[in-house]
Amino acid sequence: MRKLLLYSLVIFTGILFTARLLYLQVFDSSFQQMSEINAVSVVYDYPQRGYVYDRHGKLLVANQPSYDVMVIPRNIKKLDTLEFCKMLHIEKAELNRILEKARIYSPRLPSVVLPQLTKDEYAYLQEKMYKYPGFYIQKRTLRDYQVTHSGNILGYIAEVNPKTIEENPYYQMGDLIGVTGVESQYEEILRGVKGVKYIQKDRFNRDIGAYKEGVFDTLPKPGQDITLSIDETLQAYGELLMKNKRGGIVAIEPETGEILALVSAPGYDPALLVGRQRSKNYTALYQDSIAKPLYDRGLLAEYAPGSTFKIMNALIALEENVIDENNTFSCNHGYSYGRGRKMGCHSHPSPVNLNMGIYESCNAYFANIYRRIIEKYPTPQEGIDVWSNHLKSFGLGGFLGNDLPIGRPGKIPTAAYYNKIYNFPTYKWFSTATISNAIGQGEVITTPIQLANMTAAIANRGFYITPHVIKEIDGKPMDDPTYTEKKFTTVHPQYFEPIIEGMFDVYNKGTASRLQVEGIEICGKTGTAENFTKIDGKKTQLTDHSIFIAFAPKDNPKIAIAIFVENGYWGGRYAGRIAGLMIEKYLKGSITRTDMEEWVLSRSLEEEYAKPLSGKPFRINQ
Amino acid sequence: MNVSNNIGKFDWLTIFIYFALITIGWINIYSASLTDTSVAFFDFSQIQTKQLVWIGLSFIIIVFVLAIDSKFYERFSSLIYLIAIASLLGLFVFGSTIAGQTAWYVFGDFRIQPSELVKAATALAMAKYLSDIQTNIHTFIDQLKAFTIIAIPIVLVLLQPDPGSALIYFAFLFPLFREGMHFVYLLLGFFAAVLFTTTLAFGHEWVIFGVIAISLLVYYKYRKNRPNLFKYLFIAASCIIFSLSVEYVFDHVFKQHHRDRFNIILGKEVDIKGVGYNTNQSEIAIGSGGWTGKGWTEGTQTKGNFVPEQHTDYIFSTVGEEWGFVGSFVVVALFVFLILRLLYLAENQNSTFSRVYGYSVASILFVHFFVNISMVIGLFPTVGIPLPFLSYGGSGLWAFTILLFIFIKLDSQKHVNR
Repeated sequence: MRKLLLYSLVIFTGILFTARLLYLQVFDSSFQQMSEINAVSVVYDYPQRGYVYDRHGKLLVANQPSYDVMVIPRNIKKLDTLEFCKMLHIEKAELNRILEKARIYSPRLPSVVLPQLTKDEYAYLQEKMYKYPGFYIQKRTLRDYQVTHSGNILGYIAEVNPKTIEENPYYQMGDLIGVTGVESQYEEILRGVKGVKYIQKDRFNRDIGAYKEGVFDTLPKPGQDITLSIDETLQAYGELLMKNKRGGIVAIEPETGEILALVSAPGYDPALLVGRQRSKNYTALYQDSIAKPLYDRGLLAEYAPGSTFKIMNALIALEENVIDENNTFSCNHGYSYGRGRKMGCHSHPSPVNLNMGIYESCNAYFANIYRRIIEKYPTPQEGIDVWSNHLKSFGLGGFLGNDLPIGRPGKIPTAAYYNKIYNFPTYKWFSTATISNAIGQGEVITTPIQLANMTAAIANRGFYITPHVIKEIDGKPMDDPTYTEKKFTTVHPQYFEPIIEGMFDVYNKGTASRLQVEGIEICGKTGTAENFTKIDGKKTQLTDHSIFIAFAPKDNPKIAIAIFVENGYWGGRYAGRIAGLMIEKYLKGSITRTDMEEWVLSRSLEEEYAKPLSGKPFRINQ
Repeated sequence: MNVSNNIGKFDWLTIFIYFALITIGWINIYSASLTDTSVAFFDFSQIQTKQLVWIGLSFIIIVFVLAIDSKFYERFSSLIYLIAIASLLGLFVFGSTIAGQTAWYVFGDFRIQPSELVKAATALAMAKYLSDIQTNIHTFIDQLKAFTIIAIPIVLVLLQPDPGSALIYFAFLFPLFREGMHFVYLLLGFFAAVLFTTTLAFGHEWVIFGVIAISLLVYYKYRKNRPNLFKYLFIAASCIIFSLSVEYVFDHVFKQHHRDRFNIILGKEVDIKGVGYNTNQSEIAIGSGGWTGKGWTEGTQTKGNFVPEQHTDYIFSTVGEEWGFVGSFVVVALFVFLILRLLYLAENQNSTFSRVYGYSVASILFVHFFVNISMVIGLFPTVGIPLPFLSYGGSGLWAFTILLFIFIKLDSQKHVNR
């Protein structure tokens, strides 16, 4: 027995060491990282971020130097705190708090004391910095916005968050990354690639030369400039017109799918998200849960398209051959369907053919043709699916795939959807149950960009190109097939002409006859969408949304536009006026309808928006 | 007796492991001491070149050790022991103080640390004493004599002061136990070592607190067996008195430079960046090795000199960083096999002398191996003792070589005229 003691001790020790080594070397990867932090220091060489230009070469986003006051806690010598605080304009307690935090982070690595000083502050501090060992000023590059609009398109850059660092090994703590908009979408093009130098350190953190003779070092690759398809003048004008209103404007060049303007109101000045006040400003914008300035209504807001959607039903009816342009239907202030239910309509002559149906926006006409589409097929399910597939070929009811990182699919109902809500086959449903789709209410939901794209498809007589904001990268035209290929609609080109005539007559003799712009043949369609909110848990109707779609000129269109003005009442009231002004601004460069411009600029809808929040009863549509 | 006649009888397995360890050692010392690649390879100021010379010289020593008649070691063991003790005493007169330790004889460029060689001498003396026909290890008086053989070098080494080397002498408790000593001594030795280290590392307050707490726990657990209260009090009091006396000696008998040395070895002073710097850096180095390591001379921790004493006591961290788990495991396995082989050979000796000596060699190597690697991989507080055959240093290498090869010689003669 005595012999066995040392034998077993030796074997036990061998097993113990093996287990410990397995744990240290194989299972616990944290030591690997510690070793890298410990022994090899990495110095990054950040390239300049690429500039952003508008379609005419106007500079939108440049860079500016920014200066951070940095500290390496262990190098701090005796510090005249009072004078130092006075110089930096901070409280002593604040300084102590910052220094303590820096010390906890690391006594020998730099931490930021005061970020993003201006050039003037820098010039003043630079002279005095030598008096304070341990402190120094580090130059960084920040965005310098040349315009005060387009915050929603341009996006902003911010320090990368830990989650992204985990997912993407390129980023390190403290790196800047594009967060939304173009900055995010084209991050890799704009940022370039940072250069890396590995430096071997000894235990006193002294450099002892390039790590492995620099074989891993790389040179920085500069960021590339990009040119956007945005027309800066039009964008600025759109934001001006939308002042004191909420909603979105999307303007597209139909032939190319290039987005000319993407307005979300209210917007924000992109410069707010740069510099020392960034965090404060961001919080303010973020916490505005009523106006939601950070919410891009052009891309995200999902509204019922209202009467603008009638055009789609007309196109589908022609394609499905259930009507021709001469078929007429009578309208007696509305359309009655089953057991005394009636869809109302305003006063206009009757009977109604296709052309008149569009320019008078007759509800009865479209209810009739909608039923004919659906009832062409043996079951409403089949009918709805045929109808739904036609709509989807116009880019409705799904993500468009545009090159901005956010979006919403909207909704185009399918048979499956109705089967579910009506509990088919226990209960049956018929075309009349979905009749609201005829006039763009009910289950149909679209975003402004979807509607603008749909308008572009009509302007193109049967195809669209996925909308995009990118035009050129580093001076070379964008050649991504996603944004150059034509997507054809299931409605054939010959059916577009009568519809376009109808839209043209909307301006000539219809709902937009007072909105004509001299010298421009505009085709448009008004829309007025009922909408509801919940006040104290009770569904309450609000003033209608004002909607308008238009393109111009009628032949060889240069601009297709969709406009939503929340609670702007009928389509021609706000949206129609804004559409005319935008089109004139883009095509002519100046405004002749100054009466219309004045009207829009002088109006505010803030009062309307305050109503549901006031807690008092209120009237709508007045 | 001629070496060449006995070649077939040497235990070649042990010799093979010895050469493997020496080679691994030099490869890693080369990497650990590499500062600038432009230095000429055979520059004698370079640590790796020096070690190569020490290795060469130890081959000559091996030939000598093997050439000497095996009876010589037994016959002259007492004399060798006395000379060894004298060499330790001589240090207080002729020795040089390096890094607070009066542990070296300096001859020009060469330094010899006799305490390394004393281990082998003590092993011989212990073997001689236990193999004496008149020694009965069950009697108290003979136990006292055996302990005296160990205690003399311990005291002298402690006075240098070199507490790490002193700790190694506890290894002799294993052969004593093997030869029939009561189990209690092994426990006592273990407790003494623990109390000694913890008192110096944490102070007597904590040790007393710990002793009282453990006593109460044990008493509470066995209270139904009506334990002898007096016995418990005695053990607890002994521990406390031992702890207090260790601290008293440390504070009042030792001079400041002695204390500094202790503190360095206990990791109190060398901890330049806070508690556990050495161990922490060493763990980082080993841990960053992964499965197969970063490759020879590619260790970033090793290059950056993050681990103090890396070519000596912390050489295993270089193995861990540059050769990974595979390399570390090979080294651990080689040691385990070497020690097990030695134990096996020792058990098969015909003479008590050879058996006790072989057992002592295995025990000494085991304690070195255990304490050193435990320290490097963060299982044991910092105690500065080298890893046999791998750590840099001439005296250490020679001492272990002599220690091992005397046994190989004895083993080769085990069937001769006994």
